[in-house]
Amino acid sequence: MQKKDIGLAVLVLTVGAVVAFINPRFLSPINLANTANLVGLFGLFSVAEAFVIVTAGIELSIGSVIALLGVIFVDLIVVRDVPWPIAMVIVLVLGAIIGSIHGWLITKLKLQPFVVTLCGLLIYRGIARFYTADGTAGFSFGDDFPVLEWLVSGRSAGVPHSIVAFGVIAVISWFVLHRTVFGRHLFAVGKNAEAARYAGINTTRVIVLAYVICAVLTAISAIFFAMYTRSIHPASHGSFYELYGIAAAVLGGFSLRGGEGSVIGVVLGVILLQILQNLVNLLGIPSSLNFAVMGSVILIGVIADTQVSRYRTSRRQAKTLEKLVPDSQPAH
Amino acid sequence: MTPAANQHISMDLNAITKVYPGVLALNDVDLSISGGEVVGLIGENGAGKSTLMKVLGGAVSPEAGSIWIDGKEFSELTPSEATRHGIAFVHQELNPFTNLDVAGNILLGREKTSGPFGRMDRKSMAKEVEPILEMLGTRFGAKDSVADLSLADQQLLEIARALSMNARLVILDEPTSSLTLSETNRLLAVIEDLKTQGVAILFISHRLSEIEQIADRVVVLRDGTNAGDLTKENIEKDRMVRMMIGRDVSQFYEKTDHTAKAPILEVMGVTTKTYPKAMVNLTLRAGEVLGLAGLVGAGRTELALAIFGTDARLSGKVLLNDEFLPPDSVAGSIKAGLCLVPENRKEQGLFLDFAISENISLPGLKRLSRGLFVDRAAEMELSESSQKQLAIKTASLTRAVAELSGGNQQKVVLAKWLAMNPKVLIFDEPTRGIDVGSKAEIYRLMQTLADKGVGILVISSDMEEVIGISDRVAVMRNGEVTGILGAQDVSEEAILRLAVD
Ligand SMILES: Nc1ncnc2c1ncn2[C@@H]1O[C@H](COP(=O)(O)OP(=O)(O)OP(=O)(O)O)[C@@H](O)[C@H]1O
Ligand SMILES: [Mg+2]
Repeated sequence: MQKKDIGLAVLVLTVGAVVAFINPRFLSPINLANTANLVGLFGLFSVAEAFVIVTAGIELSIGSVIALLGVIFVDLIVVRDVPWPIAMVIVLVLGAIIGSIHGWLITKLKLQPFVVTLCGLLIYRGIARFYTADGTAGFSFGDDFPVLEWLVSGRSAGVPHSIVAFGVIAVISWFVLHRTVFGRHLFAVGKNAEAARYAGINTTRVIVLAYVICAVLTAISAIFFAMYTRSIHPASHGSFYELYGIAAAVLGGFSLRGGEGSVIGVVLGVILLQILQNLVNLLGIPSSLNFAVMGSVILIGVIADTQVSRYRTSRRQAKTLEKLVPDSQPAH
Repeated sequence: MTPAANQHISMDLNAITKVYPGVLALNDVDLSISGGEVVGLIGENGAGKSTLMKVLGGAVSPEAGSIWIDGKEFSELTPSEATRHGIAFVHQELNPFTNLDVAGNILLGREKTSGPFGRMDRKSMAKEVEPILEMLGTRFGAKDSVADLSLADQQLLEIARALSMNARLVILDEPTSSLTLSETNRLLAVIEDLKTQGVAILFISHRLSEIEQIADRVVVLRDGTNAGDLTKENIEKDRMVRMMIGRDVSQFYEKTDHTAKAPILEVMGVTTKTYPKAMVNLTLRAGEVLGLAGLVGAGRTELALAIFGTDARLSGKVLLNDEFLPPDSVAGSIKAGLCLVPENRKEQGLFLDFAISENISLPGLKRLSRGLFVDRAAEMELSESSQKQLAIKTASLTRAVAELSGGNQQKVVLAKWLAMNPKVLIFDEPTRGIDVGSKAEIYRLMQTLADKGVGILVISSDMEEVIGISDRVAVMRNGEVTGILGAQDVSEEAILRLAVD
């Protein structure tokens, strides 16, 4: 665990303790399970976003992809009677295709990630609304998918399956990003693409794979959200989720310049954002202030981070001075 | 209070101490200089030369000590104070603004405007810059784009910027590291000229012959402390080396006779984007050091990149050990046993924020892995043996490469390719910014590799170096190989004859 992550963990615990102190209901099993469920749901696409940010890219179409793939998934199993495991595979494949298109546009046509995925944001949302004729995609009374529902929105021993899925994916992502050769290549490409090329890394492949991984994780998240909300208004379903994901990644120490960050950080970032959400609800803060609270906390977190690292450097400096020149007293 | 521009500067650095986390970069260092004097500052890589200059320029604030300028004491300077006192810099690490033209870079922050809306007056900016470029004899003009300039040109650009400020003290941190002989000589002449005008010059260089030529006094740093001064009559190469590293460097250019073996790398009719009409044929034998000489811009780097595969070649084939290299795959070249130490270490060679060990292990990461996972113990082991082999000076291998001195950064680049056990190694300006002791080590390393049968291709603008280490020297001009000189025929004149039209 990096020092940054420890700082964030302390922040999460502190905010959690404050909320619990003010309103003990925070720690009630129902509230904890609900919060955990939301952490799982939002965590999936936040980790997805991290894979792209680490390559110095950005993915802005996450919310729209969640809407589009969600609509398609519901349509497939409810209207077209496609067996749900097959529908799931179709949705994941669609995610992979979307990711490869983004990757291809960015690496082969050299378009900027921001532009490509901004267009994606508009296009997928538009298609989703067209697909349902701006109506709502949902389950009608009597539609029953007991296995699917148990799997995706069920609980085992009170633990929501969404957070189990998130946990599994977070652990795998941690290994991929921080322990594998591919992960090292992701960081290298994000930090200095030219030097990566000179070192024999196939930068195109690495970047395309990052967008594919991101989109497939987003597709998984789309299924979870579809089953969670059970009815999808394509005009608003998943709106701003990409910004939420970016916020979690940045809180977790990812730099938008690429080549920096840790999965533990994103996980903590997601948890922090959900606790804040909870805080707004439990403390009776007007929910219109929701975004304002979140924004302020992110800003404070990022400022604190830069200040702490500056302080740490100066302390290391002082220690060195002490060790090397025992009798010296800095003049200023 | 702006000092009169024509008043000669008198500057004293007094007991300066600067600490970085883990390193004492400067310890009680003194240095003084006044107008009309050229002071050479020398020392090994990591001795603290650049740090001392950064203290003067206000880029770094010292923990202790004082700076006296014209009899006024400062505990630290800000960059704008330094400029106000007439101190100008040529930095070791070049950072031009590639989105501006040459004049825009040189006059950055001092742009000329015209009209009521402060429109940039490009014409008068160009007019102001042109005489300086002429004085330096640059290949580029005031309105040229900076994005296309070679490293040498960028260095000249940086020098032109310092000269354009009409400074009273000009600090040059390894200004000649990528310049050719003629460019260097022109720069030295400009320095002489400035000196007679009463400008103080602080000149940092690892090329000791330049110091011999130009310096009135030499200040030596070793491990962040003053290791002594030399007055004009005592400035002499061996003496400087001894003061810098505390011992003699014997046999600077060691050349073992490499009995010619079979060809290992054959370049057949390769053309590059820069010179689409010039076909290059070249043969490198196993265990041979082949120098590639020529003026900057002769197409040597372009050729090397086309062989290596970072730039796709337009036509032609490259044969390594009877195996054709793919035309545009670096990974393929590395796999076949061809590695390249690039010209620009900061952009092409290193990940500055990554740990030293991570930099060294990167190209060979697949071999250092178990399954998909990086074997971090093996990675550390590899870096430790590289550190020993190349004497990389650092407190810890987990430190970011950015914290190393320039020369030690170059060693990290070397280390990462040596770890790949290449069959052919291309060096593009391998000793730029490297101190004499380390240079000798790198030469020795090349010879050892050659003895083991590795084919070595060295691009270098340092004549002395090319002649000293190569078994044969190929000379290029306008993208073509104009001649190949054997060990008996090689000389500076012979190379120049082939290099210049
Ligand atoms: N930003 C930094 N953070 C930590 N340590 C640093 C930093 N910059 C320099 N150092 C350390 O300070 C010491 C002096 O470095 P400096 O760059 O001044 O050396 P130098 O004499 O200019 O060497 P070279 O000839 O290689 O350019 C080195 O040990 C270097 O590792
Ligand atoms: Mg230096």
